[in-house]
Amino acid sequence: MTTNVIDIQNSDVIMATSNMAENHPVAFQWVMKAKERGAKLIHVDPRFTRTSAAADVHVPIRSGTNIAFFGGLIAYAIQHDLYFKDYVVHYTNASFLIDPEFKTATDLDGLFTGFDPDKRTYDRTSWKYQLDAEGNPKRDLTLKDPHSVFQLLRRQYSRYTPDMVERVCGIPKVKFEEVARLFCGNSGPEKTGSITYALNLTQHTTGVENIRSLCMLQLLLGNIGRPGGGVVALRGHANVQGATDLELLYHELPGYMAMPLRDVHPDLKTYLEKETPKGGYWVNKPKFFVSLLKAFYGDAATKDNDFGYDWIPKRAKADAYSHQHIFVDMYNGVIKGFLADGQNPAVGGPNAKLARAAMQKLDWLVVKDIFLTETADIWKAPGVKPKDVKTEVFFLPAAPAAEKDGSLTNTMRLIQWHEKAVTPPGDVTSDAEFFCSLAQRLQKLYAGSTKNRDKGFLGANFKYGDNPREPDMQLVLREINGFATEEIADKDGKVVYKKGQPLNTFGHMTDDGKTAGGCWIYTGVIVEGPDGKLLNKANGHKPADEKDPLGHGWGFAWPANRRILYNRAAADLGGKPWSERKKLIWWDPTVPGAEPDKKGKWVGLDVPDFNATLAPDAKNGDKPFIMRTDLVGGFFGPLVDGPFPEHYEPVESPTKNPLSKTQSNPVAKVWQVPDQMNNLASVGSADYPYVITTYRLTEHHLSGVMSRYLPMLAELHYAHFAEISHELARELKIDNGDMVTVMSPRGKIHVKAMVTNRLKPFIVDGKTVHQIGVPWHWGFNGVEGLPGSKGDITNDLSATVGDPTVFIQETKAFLCNVKKGEV
Amino acid sequence: MDLSRRNFLKFGGATAAGVAVGGRGVDLSPVEAAATSLKLKEAKVARSVCPYCAVGCGQLIYSKGDKIIDVEGDPDTPHTLGRLCPKGAATIQLSNNPLRPTKALYRAPGSERWEEKPLEWMYEQIAQRYYDTREKHFIEKEKDKNGDLVTVNRLEAIASLGSACIDNEECYLLSKLNRALGIVYHEHQARV
Repeated sequence: MTTNVIDIQNSDVIMATSNMAENHPVAFQWVMKAKERGAKLIHVDPRFTRTSAAADVHVPIRSGTNIAFFGGLIAYAIQHDLYFKDYVVHYTNASFLIDPEFKTATDLDGLFTGFDPDKRTYDRTSWKYQLDAEGNPKRDLTLKDPHSVFQLLRRQYSRYTPDMVERVCGIPKVKFEEVARLFCGNSGPEKTGSITYALNLTQHTTGVENIRSLCMLQLLLGNIGRPGGGVVALRGHANVQGATDLELLYHELPGYMAMPLRDVHPDLKTYLEKETPKGGYWVNKPKFFVSLLKAFYGDAATKDNDFGYDWIPKRAKADAYSHQHIFVDMYNGVIKGFLADGQNPAVGGPNAKLARAAMQKLDWLVVKDIFLTETADIWKAPGVKPKDVKTEVFFLPAAPAAEKDGSLTNTMRLIQWHEKAVTPPGDVTSDAEFFCSLAQRLQKLYAGSTKNRDKGFLGANFKYGDNPREPDMQLVLREINGFATEEIADKDGKVVYKKGQPLNTFGHMTDDGKTAGGCWIYTGVIVEGPDGKLLNKANGHKPADEKDPLGHGWGFAWPANRRILYNRAAADLGGKPWSERKKLIWWDPTVPGAEPDKKGKWVGLDVPDFNATLAPDAKNGDKPFIMRTDLVGGFFGPLVDGPFPEHYEPVESPTKNPLSKTQSNPVAKVWQVPDQMNNLASVGSADYPYVITTYRLTEHHLSGVMSRYLPMLAELHYAHFAEISHELARELKIDNGDMVTVMSPRGKIHVKAMVTNRLKPFIVDGKTVHQIGVPWHWGFNGVEGLPGSKGDITNDLSATVGDPTVFIQETKAFLCNVKKGEV
Repeated sequence: MDLSRRNFLKFGGATAAGVAVGGRGVDLSPVEAAATSLKLKEAKVARSVCPYCAVGCGQLIYSKGDKIIDVEGDPDTPHTLGRLCPKGAATIQLSNNPLRPTKALYRAPGSERWEEKPLEWMYEQIAQRYYDTREKHFIEKEKDKNGDLVTVNRLEAIASLGSACIDNEECYLLSKLNRALGIVYHEHQARV
């Protein structure tokens, strides 16, 4: 999230694209607060939910057509001159000129320049800026050059008219124009709007481009870095942000640095050359990367061995190792052993039937969780004979947050500490205890190994404090934060850091091994207090007040306790707030600055996400987007599927793409899986005529591990269900409460029909399209005596297909059939 | 075993649970409120964070001995102001729950049942599986795209999934452990 949920109250208009009132109800209070202050709420969702009930306008949208909708808004804002011109000209790459060879999807019928139909990839040579003699991008501040990003943007979205939005999304033109006026009309120095999203936008084969399209709309309207603006990413797990920052993800290392590729990054020097951009704050990457290697491997990482770079495994290729790759490769026998730690893929991931079949082929499986999940019980799933499953299974009971110390990073990058309230019962332990115990036992098994490949692991520390049963989590946080590996003195010989002292800022990290730090963006979260002890800012509990409405004394938001990212954009070129109403940080030329004789500093209501003493008239003092190489927000930003988002139909779609001849994302990932484990429905399939979307309920949590076993929650829904419109129910002669079968080419489930007014058929390109909704919290385990706590696994219906950049699955829009009764 | 809430309350002795469901959103009857404050007066309080979605609502966890007796929203939390949703208000049952296994369990290949095992035995066995699989399948060197033999130090035979439900410190330890062993199938819920 670029912003902070508290700041939503400052919005003049909010576009909720997820079901925020039900899925993030406590954060939704800030939307209601904004409404009390006069803001309008738009809800864009296929279903009418409690978010819609609180909204000024509900816009039903066919699942899988978000880019057509956002593209329509971009076109509308440009055509009606509603964009924030000063912001767009100076703070984005709209004025940059692109290679004349580049053509938009408007010119090439849904494709961009460079498509290779055989390889299904793009040659991206022409997707680049024109450079001047000094190597700087050429610009046209009038935005009139036909090769300017702005003119290409206009051209790209020229097809996205209100009529086209109606044909693709099923949103009546009049309704689209109403919300376009409302949202785009709240732009400029005095106004801002925010957009919320969740998995509604990500779980698509155009997932990343969906998010880009909303970010582009926000840039166009000047809504990034300003109060009441922003991209409100609403995450679903308590620590999905932290687990991403600390990179439990195949493609990166902690702090958003690429996991090396065999053919691209053979050694440290090459890695740093290729991965360090020439501009923007990432020029410091070598310091962050070397500090990470030192944190991992300790004294074993030295300058002479490239700080242990060889020990970091090298990926064989980019298209490998993601969640969906795991279960395809496990099914194919590549993976023999598997750790499922606090995750339940037997229920929670796409094509869950494939995931279960794959896990039943493992040699061994370790599950660490609070309850016995369907993943742990994989050998007794319905229809499975235990004796046929040769997998050896180890189940380790896990402690919930209340029974251990540690920190969680919430959806607004806020790191908050939780204290251990009670000791866990019996043999229940924290995950940290398990990881440290496992690591230390393995180190014993490897003790004495002289192989180079084992030396990094043997050098890595897994002892934190004196109690092996309870590793000291503040010491782990200190390692993440970063510390001096030896005494560090300034140029006058004055000691700045003692050996072992935690670093105050990532600005102090070095690339010579003198600092270690496991995740540079977290630096500053734990420092040395005046008493010489660790001062854990994640454990800060100062409430917000009038002077500090964003609550900087409560927890610590990465990076550097900044609550609204890119907040330099809240001021104009000269450093003054765009308006009194929307002030956040500004340049104060009168206060002490960088040097005694050089006054001036960025001050205000937030920590500047900018060099605090870089004057607005200094070089790059007017460029807020410090993490980007070119320091400006990017409308043109090459991903693997295009520099601009383009609407494609989902891989399984009820209709031909009304916008172009390019039906679905031409570079989407579609896995071939043996034994017909990943069959797909054809476009407009008569066997699978309905669109299905999956969703979540307030009273349940994700795959149900933290709700189906809790009577207080499990009793609140009496059965698993499919939500069906009255119109479709009439056609199929289904009554509310009937058992129905929902089937896809991958599987089928038996659930109750919930017939409601909350879903309505869409008119898509002149044809009626029915859509159903099915929550996915159920599995075959639950509370005995509460039949509603168990149910069929919705993800047995979804397919193994993925977005080409990040390989997320398409569970928000695919095809199904519905039949009355259990068939 | 019938575990409807009514029976559950009797079973677990967690009279506070009913109060927690109401949380701050419900006007407690004076009797209940008085009972709550009396009970909480003698309790120890820990500052915590809701373990469900990513809004990160501040919680106050009240306990006596090693038993949690109540979980409430922390009114000082700037971004949540003490409110909890139904899931957050049910946090107490993640701890006080008879369905919760408190022993390590082992299921042998082809077996039809779980067996309780000492934790030490389990750790020893698991470490041995990691060791054997790594030794058998480790890829130290392989040919790159040019056909040159290069060091890759990669282990593809073990995969690791999870978790967005564990703490930052735990995520970091798992990243460090997996990467140091050479594991590349390394993912969690953010991908799906």
